[in-house]
Amino acid sequence: MTVKDVMNVLGARVLVGEEHLDREVRSACGSDMMSDVLAFSKDHSVLLTGLCNPQVIRTAEMLDIVCIIFVRGKKPDETILEMAKERELVVLETGHRMFSSCGMLYAAGLHGGAI
Amino acid sequence: MADVIALTYEISPDDFTRAGEASSDVKSKLKQVGVSPAAIRKVAIAMYEGEINMVIHAEGGKITVEISPTEIKMILADKGPGIPDIDRAMQAGWSTAPDEVRSLGFGAGMGLPNMKKYTDEMNIETTLGVGTTITMIVKL
Repeated sequence: MTVKDVMNVLGARVLVGEEHLDREVRSACGSDMMSDVLAFSKDHSVLLTGLCNPQVIRTAEMLDIVCIIFVRGKKPDETILEMAKERELVVLETGHRMFSSCGMLYAAGLHGGAI
Repeated sequence: MADVIALTYEISPDDFTRAGEASSDVKSKLKQVGVSPAAIRKVAIAMYEGEINMVIHAEGGKITVEISPTEIKMILADKGPGIPDIDRAMQAGWSTAPDEVRSLGFGAGMGLPNMKKYTDEMNIETTLGVGTTITMIVKL
């Protein structure tokens, strides 16, 4: 699926990276612990998180994450959004909770990748 | 690219929001010299975890990265408290990070295990009260 599909499944809003919505998404990772994301994330992943600080952007950068989704209505500040822009990341925001967001994407065919 | 390129970074303590800047710089430099995306990913993850550790546990330190045609070597040296029990520190999930670090998304006890997982060689030299030097190699 594409970032646009992810956006539609979650009814999410684009905060940054509207021009990259056609990017391919192959797997997803949901966590508020960045070390776990660093341990388990796969290629072409989206990252779902409720953590809202600059290290989320850096973690995404190190892993070449395609798109970050802030769940539970978390609002990243301007510094975070600016960092995301510089790195050409897509940032989405949804009011859904973590569990629901992951479930909706999983049901739509997006999986976490092999262990 | 016969020569070895050496990069050095001073990692400042206290400023958690800036932790990762050195890793970010190394990642873009490796891209410039044409290192494969798979190797860049390994270096970026391992060095970023190490850099975060230095800020959390060791009041900063120095990172040297040597890029040769055959391997990328990262040397992370700090003058922190040292690691009392390396075996335990290497266990996934074991962490001594304070709660405030956990609220920032780190301290899950995955730092050192991740560094080992993403590198081909890792060596830890540590002395209590003196500091820790971690050397990691990713082969190209």
